[in-house]
Amino acid sequence: MSERIAITGLGIISAIGDNVQQNLISLRAKRSGIGQIKYLETIHKGNLPIAEVKHNDEELLKLAGITDDTGYTRTALLGMIAAKEAFDNSGAKKGDGIRTALISATTVGGMGSTEKFYLDYINPEKTGDFVKYIDSHDCGDSAEKIADNLGIKDFITSINTACSSSANALMLGARLIKHGIVDRVVAGGVDALTKFTINGFNTLMILDKEYCKPFDKNRTGLTLGEGSGFVVLESLEAAQKAGKQIYCELTGYANTCDAYHQTASSPEGAGAFLSMSNALALSRLKIEDIDYVNVHGTATQINDLSEGNAMIKFFGNKVPKFSSTKGYTGHTLGAAGGIEAVFSALSIQNNIIFPNLNFKDKMDEFDLVPVTDLIENAGVRNVLSNSFGFGGNNTSLLFSKA
Amino acid sequence: MKAYIRGIGQISPQQTFAGDFLENVVAYNTNMMFCIDPVYKEFINPLQLRRMSRTLRMGVTAAKICLLDSGIEMPDAVITGTGFGCIEDTEKFLLAMLNNNEQQLTPTAFMQSTHNTISGQVAIMLKCKEYNSTYVNRGFSFETALLDSLMLIEEGNAHKVLLGGFDENSVNLHVTTERLGHWKKEKINSLQLLESKTPGTISGEGATFFMLTDKEDENNYALLKGFSTLYKPEDEKEVKLHVSDFLKRNNLSAGDIDLVVYGLNGDVRTDDVYYHLRDNLFNQTAGAYFKHLCGDYYTSSAFALWLSANAIKKQVIPESVRLGKAPSGVLKNILIVNHYRDINYSFMLVSQC
Repeated sequence: MSERIAITGLGIISAIGDNVQQNLISLRAKRSGIGQIKYLETIHKGNLPIAEVKHNDEELLKLAGITDDTGYTRTALLGMIAAKEAFDNSGAKKGDGIRTALISATTVGGMGSTEKFYLDYINPEKTGDFVKYIDSHDCGDSAEKIADNLGIKDFITSINTACSSSANALMLGARLIKHGIVDRVVAGGVDALTKFTINGFNTLMILDKEYCKPFDKNRTGLTLGEGSGFVVLESLEAAQKAGKQIYCELTGYANTCDAYHQTASSPEGAGAFLSMSNALALSRLKIEDIDYVNVHGTATQINDLSEGNAMIKFFGNKVPKFSSTKGYTGHTLGAAGGIEAVFSALSIQNNIIFPNLNFKDKMDEFDLVPVTDLIENAGVRNVLSNSFGFGGNNTSLLFSKA
Repeated sequence: MKAYIRGIGQISPQQTFAGDFLENVVAYNTNMMFCIDPVYKEFINPLQLRRMSRTLRMGVTAAKICLLDSGIEMPDAVITGTGFGCIEDTEKFLLAMLNNNEQQLTPTAFMQSTHNTISGQVAIMLKCKEYNSTYVNRGFSFETALLDSLMLIEEGNAHKVLLGGFDENSVNLHVTTERLGHWKKEKINSLQLLESKTPGTISGEGATFFMLTDKEDENNYALLKGFSTLYKPEDEKEVKLHVSDFLKRNNLSAGDIDLVVYGLNGDVRTDDVYYHLRDNLFNQTAGAYFKHLCGDYYTSSAFALWLSANAIKKQVIPESVRLGKAPSGVLKNILIVNHYRDINYSFMLVSQC
């Protein structure tokens, strides 16, 4: 049970790029992926900015290498693209005999296709090509398509704890390796933008009409995004022995629950404080070893207040450098933990800290100012990444230089 | 990895929430099963109840019954599995959005549509700030929740875990998935599920919660001793090999199993694998089945675990679930074999404490 976990592969597709390299370039260049709605059919076009992956579904099919479209949703395609990159990046080969798990996370699964055809689905009189999407509605569809694409059979599952989903995928992955259930895990998450989510968050009145402004006094809500982020986890010892590239170590993780409200975080951030504390305790690092916090930072009134209070309670008056990368990618919901795990690994690998875009004025409630410009040679040894979701689900991950 | 089952709460298409053990079973003639409701206001205050969808009522109530049954007030973790999540609220928001062209929408259905709504609500109800997760992978949903619970207990990070599996049926869901050939074309009497010998099965639902613990106690139902999954096996031989290896890992042979609970669902296309196991590995072992009582759904293995834990504790196999001859002697070891549409296979070993 004392085994240490290495990250040996990264894969991502988001509004700021189709792969890890493109994402890193955009992050360094302060280039946001948020813009007006182009691909999604919705009445909110022109009124609400979102962070779309810059491809239509046809182009994604090509990027994913699919020639026979038997019912691939945008969700499945985004997941397949990112997971494949991570898998290849780790040096894994299809059928190489290593016991492998695929753990994916998503909040709405194939809803993007369901909402296009639902009125036809439920009308037995209607027939047509849409039938091929029926079986892709549930969350497990994308995970199984990703697994089949990579030839993964040993363990497959999907998680939905709302916006902390894919952070939990990494956590479960690390534990599966420690328990000896598998030796390698492709873990992450994916969500495609849908009318369902945009309208859902819109009814909650937590969408910003402008680009989201995490931790800013005048923030008015989040900007939704889409994408997928996956990492490959292996035993550190085995990865070192095999001479693999190691981006970083996953030294800490914790999952707690706010147990406060179905959708809102508690103002004092009780669950968030617990998840950060427990992740640190597991890592056996000291609190001052944390150099950078990739905050959840959705830019809703309540999240940033709650998370800020939790950070102050946790770090005292020595809150480390922190930023939310949601000004780049939007809030990608079930993919956020995976995407931000990739960013955390890139931060350690390149020794840089990413800026928090669109920040102007600090909040009245506390004296917290995020990093607003790229910091090179930042001395990043340990990165804490927070993901919090509906249902009060909080997960913190701690990544360390190997 | 192992854990004791201390308490259970189940709401299903049969009377399973008040201590009954399938003495009187209900037949369905619509190929569609829905749960028998307990008096919800005995468990949930009316103000909350009014806002709750059917699945939320079922899930929260099953969790409460389980807590009461276990005598444990506060678990160290809440972990659930569900294939489809909260169907009613999802459909409600979706239909309102499509019918009103994305206008005049209200947030309640959206807020309660996510799959982790029940684990979140249970945590809020208990003020349980500990580990909380929800798995959503088809026929592996309840299975992963179970595995996670066992791992937490083995890690020493939890001594008592509230584990749940739930899925909700709906007419729209049934009609939609009917197009995929999931359900029988001809209407059957659910109690004659295995006699039809035609393609398709019948749809069902249920909410089942277990309290798992690492502590011995005279009130424990059974010991959950082993667990395994298998994804898209090539053929029946691979399944048989997997079962043999699984038993070996648990230091058992086929002869040590007193009862095999098969996930037979009456679909002539996918039931053969169970009969193959029975004929080749368990031809001397008593059998049971259960989907004629709860229908088929992603988390139906939770119903099988409820059945097995009760059978061990009560030392009774209800007549309504028997497949072939009744077993003789003490029920020590029960093996559950289940698959969802020949894709997600799971195996559970339930033993006397």
